[in-house]
Amino acid sequence: MTKLLQTLSDGLAVGSLYALIALGYTMVYGILQFINFAHSDVFVVGAWVSYTLALAFGLAGATSAPSPAAGFAILLGAMLACGALGFVIERFAYRPLRAAPRLNVLITAIGVSLFLQNVGQLPWMFGTQPQRMPSLLPDTTLFEAAGVRFGLVDLAGAATAVVLMLALEALIYRTRLGRAMRACAFDTRVAALMGIPVDRVISFTFVLGSMLAAAAGFLYAMKYPGLNQPAHATWVLLGLKAFVAAVVGGIGNVRGAMLGGVLIGLVEMFGAAYLSPHLRDIYVFSLLIVVLLVRPSGILGRATAEKV
Amino acid sequence: MTASKFLRAVLPVLLLAGCGGSAPSPSSAPGGGSSDGILIGHYGSMTGSEATFGQSTDNGIRLAIEEFNAAGGLSGRRIELKTYDTQGKSQEAGTAVTRLITDDKVVAVLGEVASSLSIAGGRVAQQFGVPMITPSSTNPAVTQIGDKVFRVCFLDSFQGRAAAQFARDHLKVSRAAILYDQGQAYSKGLKDFFKEAFVARGGTITTEQAYGGGDQDFSAQLTTIRATAPEVIYVPGYYTDAGNIALQVRKLGLKAPLLGGDGWDSTQLVAIGGEAIEGSYFTNHYSHQDQRPEVDNFVQRYRAKFGQVPDGLAALGYDAARLLFDAMARGKSLSGADLAAAIAATRDFPGVTGRITIDPNRDAQKSAVVVQVRGGVPVYVATVEP
Repeated sequence: MTKLLQTLSDGLAVGSLYALIALGYTMVYGILQFINFAHSDVFVVGAWVSYTLALAFGLAGATSAPSPAAGFAILLGAMLACGALGFVIERFAYRPLRAAPRLNVLITAIGVSLFLQNVGQLPWMFGTQPQRMPSLLPDTTLFEAAGVRFGLVDLAGAATAVVLMLALEALIYRTRLGRAMRACAFDTRVAALMGIPVDRVISFTFVLGSMLAAAAGFLYAMKYPGLNQPAHATWVLLGLKAFVAAVVGGIGNVRGAMLGGVLIGLVEMFGAAYLSPHLRDIYVFSLLIVVLLVRPSGILGRATAEKV
Repeated sequence: MTASKFLRAVLPVLLLAGCGGSAPSPSSAPGGGSSDGILIGHYGSMTGSEATFGQSTDNGIRLAIEEFNAAGGLSGRRIELKTYDTQGKSQEAGTAVTRLITDDKVVAVLGEVASSLSIAGGRVAQQFGVPMITPSSTNPAVTQIGDKVFRVCFLDSFQGRAAAQFARDHLKVSRAAILYDQGQAYSKGLKDFFKEAFVARGGTITTEQAYGGGDQDFSAQLTTIRATAPEVIYVPGYYTDAGNIALQVRKLGLKAPLLGGDGWDSTQLVAIGGEAIEGSYFTNHYSHQDQRPEVDNFVQRYRAKFGQVPDGLAALGYDAARLLFDAMARGKSLSGADLAAAIAATRDFPGVTGRITIDPNRDAQKSAVVVQVRGGVPVYVATVEP
């Protein structure tokens, strides 16, 4: 029972992070039909900017007192920084290639990804040492059930992820901008003919996706305070799993990305806990293969929902 | 499908980028050094997750070279150093040693810290007949490569036994769980030797769990470990992972102390593990609190030059370089065969990390110390003799 609950809570926690990252992949794919492989690096930048901001707030070291207010400011700061980064990437790397074959854009995305990784490693950026993210919330236990501890940090992380996802849903389905995004996803050229400023909508999509990735990076750093250096292979794999989440849920579909993220998190954690922990990546990619065989367009593929 | 395609497309690019990123450290003239200098090579993880390993080792080597040159060098010839970054990657290690030998024409190679990387680099050194001394690779397979590969540290077989001996005799525990890095020869080796010795001494291994280096989440393994109620958890991995594991061990409410190996020896262990790593033990090559004059001198000079207390890897880098210079002075010539013969003949060399005698297997026979993290620093606890 303890093990089941523990695994469930771990799976949901990791899954909500995958979901947040997957949203960025899926939104960009929905509109531009290409995979922005630099997206996972924006997530890494989000985690490292969070760490850098925490240092700037004087919260370095394991001994400093937690500060929830600073935590909120750091989350906001990381989201703004990555939003700006997303804007710059789209404006200077992808927009010039809007008319180019999709393969060129894909290669550019890989180039941007490598650029971010290598710049991130430079001494004046984040450097190559693994670092400890300071804790921003007191490590109190909210309640304990069957030997499983539910702490404030875990709850705050999950709550932030849920709030962000609900906000995104509202934005897409309840605002003019969201309608414009959906229109662009439906057909960019017709949307342009209808007077929708397509370039601006695309820019906004990148900014939005990058901000969500930054939030995921922040939450990740809170949950796993030992941050690997920016170009570590672990980050690549993490981004890849978020991408798998988007594909499993049905790439181009926002709700699919959320569902896929949670599903991937659960499959990974249950596989690790009940089968064998060192094969955890295999469960995720096996799920991908199964989904692609049975339902190539993903669980919530285009048949059921509009893509955005 | 898309994922595997992506991997296939991206991996070569990643590797290429890795090559571009490895910055050779400044050296004097290209080729074999300046006209009267003798060039030796070092390859190590100057960047990457194990960056403190390479940097500490390099500092130790540079200090040894500086002292040796100040004392007149090798009959007036200066020693020069060329360092290549491996970023902690096996494929880079092979390339680095090839470059050192074929492009730079070094007379001997020092490195690596990680056993997996020393095995990759050692094969190349053996193939070209250039002697290599690894300062701190403890896996038995490293020196089994051939007659040109040596080490100045103890072996995993001994270190694993020492940890088991310490756990049974000093901590007086009988139930141990193991969490090891499945991707590192070092970690697997330590795990096997610890297990064997712990069981032989009447202990029980409650469970044996694996992780991948760089993993961030250990909850599945630790939940299983918690269920078996161990009195000590043996984590023979590297400091980044050990720090992360310690954080999650305490978060899960596990009270058992952690026990590790020399792969923990880095200031980043405490930077990451923080209060969670407090009270944990690890086996190491030396303690800077050792009272021997060799240690004291070394610690003072190192601190003056680099502004920090040398860790075990810095001490081993220093010892490896000095042992090499000693062999250069004794050898008939600087050719690979003569130099290797001179290194192999080393007896009772007074190193900072203990007296070093190279045995017929090209390994060093030495004792180990056990240290405990107290107040953020490793404090000497015990010495374990072979």
